[in-house]
Amino acid sequence: MTPGRRHLEPLKEWLIERFIWLCGVSAIFFVFAIFIFVFREGADYFFSGFKAGEFFTSIEWYPTSRTHVRYGALALITGTFSVSFLAMFLAVPFGLGAAVFISEFCPPRLKEGLKIVIELLAAIPSVVWGFIGLTIMNSLIVRLFNAPIGLNMFNGAIILALMSVPIIVSIGEDALKAVPDSYREAAVALGCTRWQMIFRVLLPAARNGLLAAVMLGIGRAVGETMAVLMATGHSIRIPHGVLEPVRTLTATIAAELGEAPVHSDHYQVLFIIGILLFTITFVINITADFIVRGIGRK
Amino acid sequence: MFEATDQTRRKQRQESAIKYLLTTMTVIIVLPLLLIIFYLFYKAAPILSLEFLLENPIHGMRSGGIWAPLLGTIYLVLISLLIATPVGIFAAIYLNEYSRESWMTRVINLAVVNLAGVPSIVHALFGLGAFVLFAGIGRSILAASLTLAIMTLPVIIASTKEALAAVPHSFREACWNVGATRWQTIRNVVLPNSISGILTGVILQVSRAAGETAPVMFTGAVFFKAIQTGDPFAYGLLDQCMALSMHLFTISTQVPDVPDALTYGTAVVLLGVVLLFNALAILLRIKLRGKKKW
Repeated sequence: MTPGRRHLEPLKEWLIERFIWLCGVSAIFFVFAIFIFVFREGADYFFSGFKAGEFFTSIEWYPTSRTHVRYGALALITGTFSVSFLAMFLAVPFGLGAAVFISEFCPPRLKEGLKIVIELLAAIPSVVWGFIGLTIMNSLIVRLFNAPIGLNMFNGAIILALMSVPIIVSIGEDALKAVPDSYREAAVALGCTRWQMIFRVLLPAARNGLLAAVMLGIGRAVGETMAVLMATGHSIRIPHGVLEPVRTLTATIAAELGEAPVHSDHYQVLFIIGILLFTITFVINITADFIVRGIGRK
Repeated sequence: MFEATDQTRRKQRQESAIKYLLTTMTVIIVLPLLLIIFYLFYKAAPILSLEFLLENPIHGMRSGGIWAPLLGTIYLVLISLLIATPVGIFAAIYLNEYSRESWMTRVINLAVVNLAGVPSIVHALFGLGAFVLFAGIGRSILAASLTLAIMTLPVIIASTKEALAAVPHSFREACWNVGATRWQTIRNVVLPNSISGILTGVILQVSRAAGETAPVMFTGAVFFKAIQTGDPFAYGLLDQCMALSMHLFTISTQVPDVPDALTYGTAVVLLGVVLLFNALAILLRIKLRGKKKW
């Protein structure tokens, strides 16, 4: 190596390390950037005409009306949460049940196979899920439950449940795997049946991890866009039963952003909805992370 | 003599009951889905052919093939990959090789988790606000790819981190002991030993980017755009494009009277691409596990 080049080595190393550091902190930068740029687009209206009271308590969403413009998002918020909770109501028992099965009962070969299938299911794009909801699931539901023709919340919730199950199963299985085998051995040595071992020992021991799995499932359901846009129908009102159509926050942005003139009030309100969604998922994710790290520290 | 007592019998009944219950639950999750996927393929079978892939949609998207959306998706995926892969790999190197347990690392990890959890439609709003309007790129392949890149960044960070962590620490120590610097160690020892794991992450990223709809919908993808068939360079970086995922959304919800075979065919091609790449990643991982030298 020539002396000149050797001179340059530390400089090169320093430059590369700076670059690596920059990439490392880029994730923080991007999260802030998302918040700032989404907020920026809605800021004008947020500080001038935005009525938070109306937004959170009114169900009147008439963004394109000539004379009676209203931006009440209550029906949309209820829509998002009713679909998400119905989905979780279906997905959590099945997801956790499957996680326990895979982790505790499954023979090793089948376990490998099931985990691969679950991973592939998690990869199915949301627009394909929406398509499945729109075509196959909807006609099934209309036929089986005698529901009125058309899309409904139940349809969307089943699709969302199927989408969140893989997350719940894989994270739940990790949580169960993290419980030391000595716990299981101790329970069996005391004469517990497997039923008792699961309910009295495993589930309490893996509680935090399972809770985090459920929370991430909720996060996915609340933030899901294409599937609910295509599968839940488009009626903006507070649903009285599971067979009624609803519209969610995410679907509203996706459906209306294309038509709202750039920088109009309507356009800005859609960005404010975006900030609301960002905040909801932010809180869910941070909480889930804190719950998981809680175990790690023990 | 040793006849089972009532209690033992009850225990046994409980035992088999829970086993059947949990088995049924797992079957209920997995089986219908496999049936649905087979049904999709069955409905799409008549239309699937090379012409379907290589023809533009015609007659108001009611017949023809999926050439323009397919090529658009390939562009979006490749360009987002070019942007996200280096940043993601270096970010993982920072997290695994340089950073120590500190609040900074904690914050970065939290940021990665959050980036993965931000709803796709919020990524779309961000892409529209930051790249299309603020940076003035306009609705284009570049703006959509940038949005996709940021969205898929957590995928590559997570799997690269895992791959790097799997390289034993003693490898690094051996390299440091012969006088190599940190970066030399990473380049000559750590990266070559984790390259297949990193590749798995890149493949997963492809599959994720190919399937996303919302982020490209307002940043670069359009309902319809005819391009030269057979020309793989038909799109420019600042052109708008069609995308397979958005095309499926359009023809199944926005355009009336599209024949079933066409929508199912599009869904199956999209699903096929995504599942293929995922299967590839899984195969690579299994092969890797068998080949491990340490």
